Amino acid sequence: MIAFRTLLILLAAFLAVFWEAAFPGTSRWLHVQVDLLPPLIVYASLNTGMRTVALLGVFGGLLFDSLSANPLGVTILPLFIVGLAIYWRRELILRDQPYAQFVLGLGASAAAPLLTVVLLLTVGHPPLLGWGSLWQWLVMSLAGAIATPLFFLIFGWCERVLGHVPVIETSFRPDREIRRGRS
Amino acid sequence: MLKRPHYIAVGMVVLLALLVLNLPGRATARLKLAIGSLFLPLFGLASGAQQLTGKAGDLLLSRSELARQNESLRRENEQFRLLAMQAEEMARENDRLRKLFQWQQQHRWKSRLKLARVILRDPANWWRTMQIDLGSRDGLRTNLPVLAIGGLVGRIHSVSLTRSQVVLVGDPNCKVAALVENETLDTGVMGNAGPLDTSLVELSYLSRNAALKPGQNVVTSGLGGIFPAGIPIGKVVDSRLAEYGLYTEARVKLEANLGALEEVWVLLP
Repeated sequence: MIAFRTLLILLAAFLAVFWEAAFPGTSRWLHVQVDLLPPLIVYASLNTGMRTVALLGVFGGLLFDSLSANPLGVTILPLFIVGLAIYWRRELILRDQPYAQFVLGLGASAAAPLLTVVLLLTVGHPPLLGWGSLWQWLVMSLAGAIATPLFFLIFGWCERVLGHVPVIETSFRPDREIRRGRS
Repeated sequence: MLKRPHYIAVGMVVLLALLVLNLPGRATARLKLAIGSLFLPLFGLASGAQQLTGKAGDLLLSRSELARQNESLRRENEQFRLLAMQAEEMARENDRLRKLFQWQQQHRWKSRLKLARVILRDPANWWRTMQIDLGSRDGLRTNLPVLAIGGLVGRIHSVSLTRSQVVLVGDPNCKVAALVENETLDTGVMGNAGPLDTSLVELSYLSRNAALKPGQNVVTSGLGGIFPAGIPIGKVVDSRLAEYGLYTEARVKLEANLGALEEVWVLLP
């Protein structure tokens, strides 16, 4: 089940990065391209193990950077740091509540681009920044927040439809049934 | 709480990220192209979806609207034919004068242009790049100029076998030596665009006495060795003194609409 979930998440990351690059979507109207990797890492860190979080950070980051002008590997650390922070405190988070998912998505989608920009400035690749970047940051955060509960819904549905349901053993045994009345 | 295996995972990811970030430039470029080629099977899907969207849009257009557009295009076509005839005559006259003064003949662009389709755009909001469906097998190499109907679009940044990455004008990695077509023929460098508006780009390092007026044409100056002279870039919008009056900076409205590019032309050597 865990391997299936990991595969599903990695496939979603692959398709998400391609969608971001191939379909302008929101960037034509709002001048912002939405990033779907932070909502994915929120889902992964709340529902899977550390291995999946690490894999998503590396795989998602490398895929994103391969289609972008980012230096290769620069997106790995921000994604992983966000995932790690959530994973660290996940026992205290009401992960089934859409409100909690929304807030986590908002935080993750706000933190990941910020960390990436800081890292870009650190490694000497100053990106295109200005006052308009604040608008982009706001829209990315909000869109990520909205996408997070949706990802929980979609993955929940996928697991119900495609994954196997574990057999629950009950204490009922037909040979130990108490028969009442005269026989 | 984090356990020992978690710390190992954290260490491995950090180590891997640092390793990839510190790879030599050539190895990084190759690795980037190799990872990017994972998306190859999806390119066809994307173009198919875009064509489908286009066809759906066509179905929604009324017959009268199409007839009106057809008529307007026919008129435009006639005007362009007249202009082309005029240009041909001017080119012949130019050739004669060049022979007279024994100047070197300039290469024409027409035969060196190769049409490419835009397949992907940069998913990060802080860069202005895109990918086209021509690569090294089509004769492309780095630093070739890329044009659109309006004018200059950018230059080829990296090339793989089947696709290439183009850095657009306004990206921090695409600087263009530009010339303003005014009396003083001021030259400067096209720099960054704003993060939101891709159509306005800064033209910096112009002389502090530059005679700039809104509406003046900006073209490539031919300096710098990448872009040939005379490619239209845009028009001056406004100007101001920068860095305590050290030089003049102008905002230029680009001729090419970088936000809606679907096909571009690569100028081969």
